[in-house]
Amino acid sequence: MVPLLYFQLLGAALFGIGFYGVLARRSAVLIVLSIELMLNAVNINLIAAASYLNGTGRFAAFDGQIIAIFVITVAAAEVGLAFAIILRMYRNRGTVNVDEINLLKW
Amino acid sequence: MALALFVIVAIFTLGGAVGVVATRNVVHAALFLLLSLLGAAGAYLLLFAEFLALVQVLIYGGAVTIVVLFAVMLTRSSEYPRITDNRQWPLGLITATVLAVVLGAAFWLAPEVVAEPQAPAFTELGASLFTKWALPFEIASLVLLVALIGAIIIARTQNVAAQDDAAMEGEG
Repeated sequence: MVPLLYFQLLGAALFGIGFYGVLARRSAVLIVLSIELMLNAVNINLIAAASYLNGTGRFAAFDGQIIAIFVITVAAAEVGLAFAIILRMYRNRGTVNVDEINLLKW
Repeated sequence: MALALFVIVAIFTLGGAVGVVATRNVVHAALFLLLSLLGAAGAYLLLFAEFLALVQVLIYGGAVTIVVLFAVMLTRSSEYPRITDNRQWPLGLITATVLAVVLGAAFWLAPEVVAEPQAPAFTELGASLFTKWALPFEIASLVLLVALIGAIIIARTQNVAAQDDAAMEGEG
């Protein structure tokens, strides 16, 4: 059977890639995609912990899976809202590159 | 056998993720994200979380990817096929690598868990969701409603608002 550690390392690597995307990308659309990657890394971790640690007293009754459901819910809401904001940004400024949205920068 | 499946799933997930952060085309990035999310759904299946895998494919594979493609279309991002990264991308690469290594080391050094993955019964999961987690569940529905209304209000154009005002004045 696959050890729990492998899933946790997969989650850590996925989180690192998503983090790099948030730091390096200029387009707001791609930054939102990278945030989705990070949320998925967290979900993999939660579900792995829920499946492996059930009954050991450290993680009660598959609560990790329930929390993962809530993470997916919030991620769906976040995507809808984020793209509404990006659309507004594009209409007002004609660009979605975050380094060109510098109205608040002095 | 399980290890081979895990390796395949990990290659899909990480390969798709690298594609998202490395490709120069926004539409390709969205499709790579779909690949990565389906890989994650495979990982959930390996963890016997069938319900989560189903939800992942439905919500991420269906809804989120479609929303992303709509956003790409409406912001005309695809008219710039050679998108560029920040000038600070090497620093970002270093920071992200350090973060991933620290996270991995934390998992590596944690006390080893010798256990088999177990699958919850659907009934157990549902009972837990609607009893112990009933209040967060209701709040989540409220969050979705607020996000829906907020997205409509933010994204609709000024012209539509003006037309609404005119229509209301006409009625009044």
